[in-house]
Amino acid sequence: MVAQNIAFGIIAAIMVVGALRVVTVNNVVHAALWLVLVLAGAAAQYILLAAEFVAVTQVLVYIGAVMVLFLFGTMLTRAQLGKEKLLNNPTWYLGIPASLLLLGVMIMALTSSFGDEKLPTDSELVSTQAISDQIFGPYLLPFWALSFVLLVAVIGAIVLARKD
Amino acid sequence: MLVHQFLILAAVLFCIGVYGVIARRNAVMVLMSIELILNSVNINFLAFALRNGSVDGHVFALYIIAVAAAEVGVGLALVLLVYRNRKSIALDELSEMKG
Repeated sequence: MVAQNIAFGIIAAIMVVGALRVVTVNNVVHAALWLVLVLAGAAAQYILLAAEFVAVTQVLVYIGAVMVLFLFGTMLTRAQLGKEKLLNNPTWYLGIPASLLLLGVMIMALTSSFGDEKLPTDSELVSTQAISDQIFGPYLLPFWALSFVLLVAVIGAIVLARKD
Repeated sequence: MLVHQFLILAAVLFCIGVYGVIARRNAVMVLMSIELILNSVNINFLAFALRNGSVDGHVFALYIIAVAAAEVGVGLALVLLVYRNRKSIALDELSEMKG
């Protein structure tokens, strides 16, 4: 129990620092690499939450595919790879009170609703079979819709990005 | 472990993502901030799945990952198109549709 809490604390600290660097660093490639750290930390948190299949999917899809997309997007839209001055809006400071206010409201609401409720400790890892039974059972229609969304996204991306 | 600590972590990540969406001017950086937000939502879903002992949260998390991948693909294609037409992906310069 204590070991899990220590692991959670370390990973959470790494994730928060990484996320802060993502939104503050002045270099798009560095921000993408910090984002890898945050996504890997999220995968570790999923394992702590007994969700191994989602964690593996996170590593495959996010760290594998989405980050490559981001790096390609960076490469194709900017010649310069070093620091850049104008990554932030002129009114970037307005984001600080907005997000702090949101954070305060959410922490207040979460603390009052789930103050010291414990997660079950004896739960086993959710098996991939159970997830697939759900996806191909009650959630089959959303699964089809999702397949269609992916198909449309692929075709749309090709149509948008190709040169005529 | 408490449910609380995962929810607070997700809330912190969500707010950092919101700050990034507001503060960033580069379109790729805004897409990265949106990824932060989607990941915090996934942590919430899995925390509640463990709390309630149900599998539905996992299914939703997987769907969110798939939709996020589609979103990044289309988003980066749009960014590429904007860059090709304007030689810049600064979002505050895209103001032709302002009423």
